[in-house]
Amino acid sequence: MNALVETENRPYEGNFLREVEREVEGGDWVKMCMQCGVCAGSCPLGPHWEHTPQKIFMMIRAGKREEVLTSDAMWMCTSCYNCVVRCPRKLPITTIMHGLASYSNRLGLTPKMQPTRDFSLQFFNNFKRTGRVNELKLTIGLYFKDGFVAGLKKGWEMRYVALALLKAKRLNPFELFGGHKCKDQQGIEAMFAKVDEIEAAEKAGK
Amino acid sequence: MAKKEYAFYPGCSSQLKASASNYLTSTQSMCKTLDIKLTEIPDWNCCSASISYTGASELKRHVLNARNFALAEKHLPGQDVVATCAACWLNARESKEKLDVDHEFLAKANTALKAAGLQYQGKAAIKHMVEVLIEDFGYEQLGQPVVKPLEGVKFAGYVGCQTNRPFGIAGESYENPMYLDKLVETVGAEPIKEYDQKVACCGGALAFSEPEKSQKQIRNIIESAYDHGADMIVTPCPLCQANVEVYQSEINRKQGTNFNMPVTYYSQLMTVAYGGSVKEAGLDGHVIEPTKLIEIAKKG
Repeated sequence: MNALVETENRPYEGNFLREVEREVEGGDWVKMCMQCGVCAGSCPLGPHWEHTPQKIFMMIRAGKREEVLTSDAMWMCTSCYNCVVRCPRKLPITTIMHGLASYSNRLGLTPKMQPTRDFSLQFFNNFKRTGRVNELKLTIGLYFKDGFVAGLKKGWEMRYVALALLKAKRLNPFELFGGHKCKDQQGIEAMFAKVDEIEAAEKAGK
Repeated sequence: MAKKEYAFYPGCSSQLKASASNYLTSTQSMCKTLDIKLTEIPDWNCCSASISYTGASELKRHVLNARNFALAEKHLPGQDVVATCAACWLNARESKEKLDVDHEFLAKANTALKAAGLQYQGKAAIKHMVEVLIEDFGYEQLGQPVVKPLEGVKFAGYVGCQTNRPFGIAGESYENPMYLDKLVETVGAEPIKEYDQKVACCGGALAFSEPEKSQKQIRNIIESAYDHGADMIVTPCPLCQANVEVYQSEINRKQGTNFNMPVTYYSQLMTVAYGGSVKEAGLDGHVIEPTKLIEIAKKG
């Protein structure tokens, strides 16, 4: 399915704001933005946003679906919450940016090789079975995401950092063969399976 | 009996040979002196951090934290949950606020938890270790066991983001929180009150995925510490610590700087001031040696 035409599949809808309210975590807050721009001026990665949060909120209301969802802007959020504490309307901007990013990924609209999307997915995959993060596998997964040769190159580039951490006993090479994990992995798996079930039922009911 | 008891949530980075293992070592030493008993929540899991949002749905993220609360309620009833990691604390607290207010959501979370044989009752409270120190003890009490004041050492108090926003420490401002400076004073050292990168962002998880953009942030954090005459940086956050310490060699290599600024935890300062050894303070766990602290710890 071409996600870009989803709106056309719901010809009665024609409203991107409603779609965001329905599908995006925190999306029902978007209408509350009063366009003051404090978020845009507060972001540590501000200069790197194709569209600032302020602009994204207005673009959503203006129905700029494709421009918003295919942008890499919301992937610049570092979860620093600076915009959140300064927002005079108390919008949970961090949550909304993560929500938009996640929705864009669900629809397959995120730019290819977007590094933060890739890392975000890797992070969850890293602990979802074992219950705990395996830092070594997480790092190796990040280095080798663009292929074996690229991974070796990146690993070589970062060798001093790795050796220093090894020396400081803050990196364990044996984590490659196991590492920290929860005992009740079955329980965690069953818990996630139940969440999937609940969410599927909700989606069907929408 | 210990003076205070808590259900301890160390978090992934504090585990043995993980990136913040020396945070755990120094926390345990500090708590021993203060007669705080930390009992690890049996079989605790990852908080989902802030970065797992693409893979983990809203319910999955909150259920993960609900599982930890449920385990604490089951095995350590009546004890507050204490986290040392900024992200663990933030995410657990975000989950708690959601679960305790939204009853429909709580019912869904408990349906999922039931599959793991657990139930969250909404009893366990969540605190950051800094809150325990400030609210359950207070600066005066924290100063009493000091036997080796860290005289003459200048610290740039780098609070960072997630122990400061969006929840922060009660009574503190988001723009200029003072608690870290006060802790530095409590152990007899000198806080640099003009340090202007106090609440700046190190890039967080984007230090991995957007290294150049994050290293620009990290460079500012270090440069400002140098410009204000700091001997070292001190922080309450394990990711701030790792990012700001570990990438200095990369910044030096790529940008021709000559950074060698130690980055420590408040718990290390307190352990040394309480008379702890290099090992007890986890000072052997640094990429950039905090020499001035090591010298004090080694003094008889």
